[in-house]
Amino acid sequence: MAETPTAARWSIRVVVLGYLLVLLVLPLALVVRRTFAHGISPVFDALTTSAAAHAFQITATVAGVAVVANTIFGVGVALLLVRHRFPGRRLLDAVIDLPVAVSPVVVGLALTLIYGSREPIGGWLTRNGLQIIFSLPGMVLATIFVGMPLVVRAVAPVLEEIGDEQEQAAYTLGASAWQTFRRITLPSIRGALAYGVVLALARSLGEYGAVAVVSGRIVGQTQTITLFVEERFDNFDQSAAYSAAFALAVVAVLSLVIARRIRPAGGTA
Amino acid sequence: MSIIARNVTKRFGAFTALDDVTIEVATGSLTALLGPSGSGKSTLLRVIAGLDTPDTGTVEIGGSDATRLPPQRRDVGFVFQHYAPFKHMTVARNVAFGLSIRKRPKAEIRGRVQELLELVHLEKFADRYPAQLSGGQRQRMALARALAVEPRVLLLDEPFGALDAQVRKELRIWLRRLHDDLHVTTVIVTHDQEEAMEVADEVVVMSDGTVAQVGAPQDIYDNPVNDWVMTFLGPVTNLKGALIRPHDLVLSADSTAESIPATVVGVTRLGFETRIALTYEGQELWAQVTSEVADQLGLAPGSTVYVRHRGPVMQVTS
Amino acid sequence: MVRRRQWGAPLGLGLALIYLSLIVLIPLGAVVWKSQSGGFSEFWNSLTSAQSWAALKLTIYSSLIVAAINLVMGTLIAWVLVRDRFPGAGIVDVLIDLPFALPTIVAGLVLLALYGPNSPVHVNIAYAKIGVVAALLFVTLPFVVRTVQPVLAELDTEMEEAAASLGASQWATARRIILPNLLPAMLAGTALAFARAVSEFGSTVLISGNLPFKTEVAAVNIFNQIETDNTLGAAALSTALLVIALVVMLLLEVVRRWVARHG
Repeated sequence: MAETPTAARWSIRVVVLGYLLVLLVLPLALVVRRTFAHGISPVFDALTTSAAAHAFQITATVAGVAVVANTIFGVGVALLLVRHRFPGRRLLDAVIDLPVAVSPVVVGLALTLIYGSREPIGGWLTRNGLQIIFSLPGMVLATIFVGMPLVVRAVAPVLEEIGDEQEQAAYTLGASAWQTFRRITLPSIRGALAYGVVLALARSLGEYGAVAVVSGRIVGQTQTITLFVEERFDNFDQSAAYSAAFALAVVAVLSLVIARRIRPAGGTA
Repeated sequence: MSIIARNVTKRFGAFTALDDVTIEVATGSLTALLGPSGSGKSTLLRVIAGLDTPDTGTVEIGGSDATRLPPQRRDVGFVFQHYAPFKHMTVARNVAFGLSIRKRPKAEIRGRVQELLELVHLEKFADRYPAQLSGGQRQRMALARALAVEPRVLLLDEPFGALDAQVRKELRIWLRRLHDDLHVTTVIVTHDQEEAMEVADEVVVMSDGTVAQVGAPQDIYDNPVNDWVMTFLGPVTNLKGALIRPHDLVLSADSTAESIPATVVGVTRLGFETRIALTYEGQELWAQVTSEVADQLGLAPGSTVYVRHRGPVMQVTS
Repeated sequence: MVRRRQWGAPLGLGLALIYLSLIVLIPLGAVVWKSQSGGFSEFWNSLTSAQSWAALKLTIYSSLIVAAINLVMGTLIAWVLVRDRFPGAGIVDVLIDLPFALPTIVAGLVLLALYGPNSPVHVNIAYAKIGVVAALLFVTLPFVVRTVQPVLAELDTEMEEAAASLGASQWATARRIILPNLLPAMLAGTALAFARAVSEFGSTVLISGNLPFKTEVAAVNIFNQIETDNTLGAAALSTALLVIALVVMLLLEVVRRWVARHG
């Protein structure tokens, strides 16, 4: 077994841990300290104001809808990519990853250019009662955009690995496509699906840039928790900003731990 | 270069891989470490190479103490079961590696690599990558790579274990011939007793971290020190409570001195040999005879045949 | 068997394409379209206008620096996680992903708290270019680590043992055996880190102060142009970012193909 000499091992260890301490651990520790600098009740108060409550509510709604949409899309596309051959399959595969490479503000701009009230499509929709930009639907679209690849990429490798033999067996026994999907395919990807959903949820709850552009940041109406953090900070309400930031950090750490627990063996990291 | 491992003990957690093992490998010999999985043979080889450090004991190579030396300084050639090719280098660069570490001049390296590739018949594959070679070719490359630096000893860890039976047999013969040409002290680890018997000058039989028996192949086959060794080294069957080699049983149609009447249960013809399953007084046993003899006897299930042991019956203590 | 599902797949594909088009493809197309809606000259003028150009330059330079730092640090971190055993290694392993999971605005707040004007350790890098670099380092932390880690874990240690038996020192083995095998993963991770750094918005917003010409990154510049209704300018810079992302993705694909051939 190739053993790194102790001196080299220790110096690498020190460099790495030092780097992580300065970049990751200390900042986080400080936020926790600052948040609770005056005890728990200011934090509690800050998070239960009407603005905060609305922010939580809006975030939950937007993230919830986006995750459901991306889950359905994700499972469907994963099935398409893995179980079928069609012209343009590789192109679709590449396009799925596109959202990851796009800057959040560009996402917001892109959606505004199509669905804004002054644009042809957006204008028509607004006149007919569906306002997208500066309203919840737009925020949902933005959140869907940024989280699009997550469920697909979690489910597809597992589908690939399992193979379609079980499904074929079901067909020979008389099951319809839907029955097979519900009773054979879905249970077999349960773990990977849960993993993808957790990732998508964390991503959706944490989105900032795209939603900042698309929502108009109207306090109490189109303000998510991330927007709340920034707005409170800008208004020198550090207590509320840190409290909300802390809440988001807790959610992030929780989602990490849960995701790690349910990560399918050999799946995407 | 002789190798002497003395009182070597190695534990991995609660598992004792080697328990106070001492062996001596004579200069220029080809010695096999033979044993089942878990017998400690690979561990012993790695201890000799310096890839594992023993808890107690010493290793001497060519008369000098090598126990404290790292593998880099022991001047041993090591060939792994799965070849450990440098995947990102061509065959030629793989073979040249040891020489380039020693900073030999480029011309010398090129010459030596060519020489070795010809030795192992891989000249045409010099610029290929290991992924493009077959298992047998990769193993030959691994051997060439180990030999390139002219090691004092050559250690092979189940070198043919991952290959097809046919390739294994061919490479076995080829290795023996190579050894006869080069005379490098060689130790080969194997679980295949046929391989050990065919290839080695001396066989060290190991079991559960200890040495069971040491000797030339024919010696230990004919004179196993206990039942376990006898069973491990070759086919065995039971006659009147003693372990016998099935091919030491003589069958005849008529009764002779010391023969017993056994009933034929089954006859399996396998080319040159025929195996005959028998029962005697409720005990099962079997005999190996040439198909010629079997045909002459004209055996059929249910018939009686007279069985006697060819030589003195072994009385062994397990 | 196939006949039964013959309508299912094409329908699914059609729906997926509609979903993709409505949400991703058409809107992105609109950005590119808008950026050239005044002809190439308008596009170019917008892009090279003093403030936008400064933002773009800052973004690219910082991202290159951050990518280079990640190339080294990410590999070292992966090394420690895979090859080193110490108490707490498991926790560190989970924490590495935190920048992935943490909202970018929270990341910005977190860094500002420690390295801004009210820093308890009296390190103030806010409103300076280095603040931008720090924010980008935070959000790109996991990329190289997570691409290198699995490759390092799967690396055949027998190769290293073979090198040792052939006389190679630890350092020679690391240089000639381990590193070449890790290089594709290192490059892939670095490319991803670069692409992420170039697009970054939320974490830079607070610590950089968004001082134009000094600490304003491309994404913030785009945001400001949107807010001030300068959509063409925003679209132009956005298109530049999209082109950069595209180039990086293509490079990644090239690396992937090379690995597949030599694997």
